[in-house]
Amino acid sequence: MAYSDKVIDHYQNPKNVGTLDKSKQNVGTGLVGAPECGDVMRLQIEVDENGLIKDAKFKTFGCGSAIASSSLATEWLKGKTVDEAVKIDNMEIVEELHLPPVKIHCSVLAEDAIKAAVNDYRKKNGLPELKFDESVVH
Amino acid sequence: MLKFPIYLDHNATTPCDPRVVEAMIPYFTNSFGNAASRNHPFGWQAEEAVDHAREQVAKLIGADPKEIIFTSGATEADNLAIKGVYEMYASKGNHIITCNIEHKAVLDTCKHIEKEGGEVTYLKVNADGLIDMQELEAAIRPTTVLIAIMYANNEIGTVMPMKEISALAKKKGILVFSDATQAVGKIPVDVNKDGIDLMAFTAHKMYGPKGVGALYVRRKNPRVKVTAQMDGGGHERGMRSGTLNVPGIVGFGKACEISMNEMESEAKRLSALRDKLETELMKIEEAYVNGSTQHRLPHVTNISFKYVEGEGLLMGFNKDIAVSSGSACTSASLEPSYVLKALGLGDDLAHSSLRFGLGRFTTEDQIDYTIEAVTKTVNKLREMSPLWEMYKEGIDMNSIEWAHH
Repeated sequence: MAYSDKVIDHYQNPKNVGTLDKSKQNVGTGLVGAPECGDVMRLQIEVDENGLIKDAKFKTFGCGSAIASSSLATEWLKGKTVDEAVKIDNMEIVEELHLPPVKIHCSVLAEDAIKAAVNDYRKKNGLPELKFDESVVH
Repeated sequence: MLKFPIYLDHNATTPCDPRVVEAMIPYFTNSFGNAASRNHPFGWQAEEAVDHAREQVAKLIGADPKEIIFTSGATEADNLAIKGVYEMYASKGNHIITCNIEHKAVLDTCKHIEKEGGEVTYLKVNADGLIDMQELEAAIRPTTVLIAIMYANNEIGTVMPMKEISALAKKKGILVFSDATQAVGKIPVDVNKDGIDLMAFTAHKMYGPKGVGALYVRRKNPRVKVTAQMDGGGHERGMRSGTLNVPGIVGFGKACEISMNEMESEAKRLSALRDKLETELMKIEEAYVNGSTQHRLPHVTNISFKYVEGEGLLMGFNKDIAVSSGSACTSASLEPSYVLKALGLGDDLAHSSLRFGLGRFTTEDQIDYTIEAVTKTVNKLREMSPLWEMYKEGIDMNSIEWAHH
């Protein structure tokens, strides 16, 4: 199976690898996946006083498509509001990275990581957690 | 000079040795006859070539040429041996003993037999990838007709105690079949010294062509028979019908002859290179060799690099280096290697494994390059790995509630 150029580029030059201070009130952290399943994603957002995501970081244990999906997600998150962030759909990631069907779960994981990070942020700031439909592809 | 790409997946397949190709070529064009044509020189030539190859193949495993049944490969030979014995010895019993790290060609054939009403015991292996002789003995029943244990494992390269297995089987009057696909041509295999009654192997794992293999079927002490699985013209003493693949068989013969002559020096050279690779890669923190390092093929090592995922790791260098991984992501099933899991590895370690299989044309500078590339990629991916960060912070990963998906 050949990887798309975009997956290879994100794999070789991942954007926004790193760790934000999860104890800060304006940082939301999402940790999804499981080591036994072969992929774990940790995605973090740092939100400014206007509700805009000013920074996003990730660390991923997984295949190239999982790394690329999370790298792309952090790029898309920056500059969005938290409300806009949860509207990112995994299929947009699939299209952007040309993921084959067997790799769609990587994009689902990225979408779940975004939602988990946003909910963590909301929880810390006294907002009710958002309810999401169960992901289809898992 | 360093040659790219570097091929370290010789357990999957090997390139044809140029000497093998050279031997095969005349049998595609000038000497194209059907080995079963008895009435003209074309047929005679082909038959002579097959006979010669049969001797070369037999010699490598210490067999008589009459005991070699040519097939399309090891999968067919596995099927013929197991189904053939099961059907032929139906009046004696219907129980087969095998183990849980066999190749799918053996495991799925056994599953097929269970559907037909047969009974199969799948022995577990220990952390070294070896079966326990006491468990084998305890599994034997009055109805046991066959013990099917692989000579060497394809993923971890561990070598089973064939002599002990066959000694026990002989005492109990049970036939021994071995899938020796990974072992023949790499280490000394002798059907008489090893006490094997049926044995499957294939050309393309020993620098011969794809599409040709063999089943060894013992003719003396005891005389073994298998029910044919392919009906037709009664080729190969009625055990495997179908026009013989003459060029393939000629190539197989040549490959066996070369292996016979060069095995000892090749094994020595490759085990030195493998040991260098392994020693250097084991300097990486949290790296683990999978399976026995004592009972192992000379050219294989399987290593898990904890906290990085195998396919992600391969991607770091697969433009230059061809190896394979036990990671789920490299297969469509999303299940990690059943062989590694059978050793008792957690799924996380199974996901993190790489299999290196060195071969005849592997050079030392290729190994040096591989050591550097793998080390660099493991380090790079760990910088990106949340699990590595947790490990470094001393967080117990079992205490986390993972969202299994």
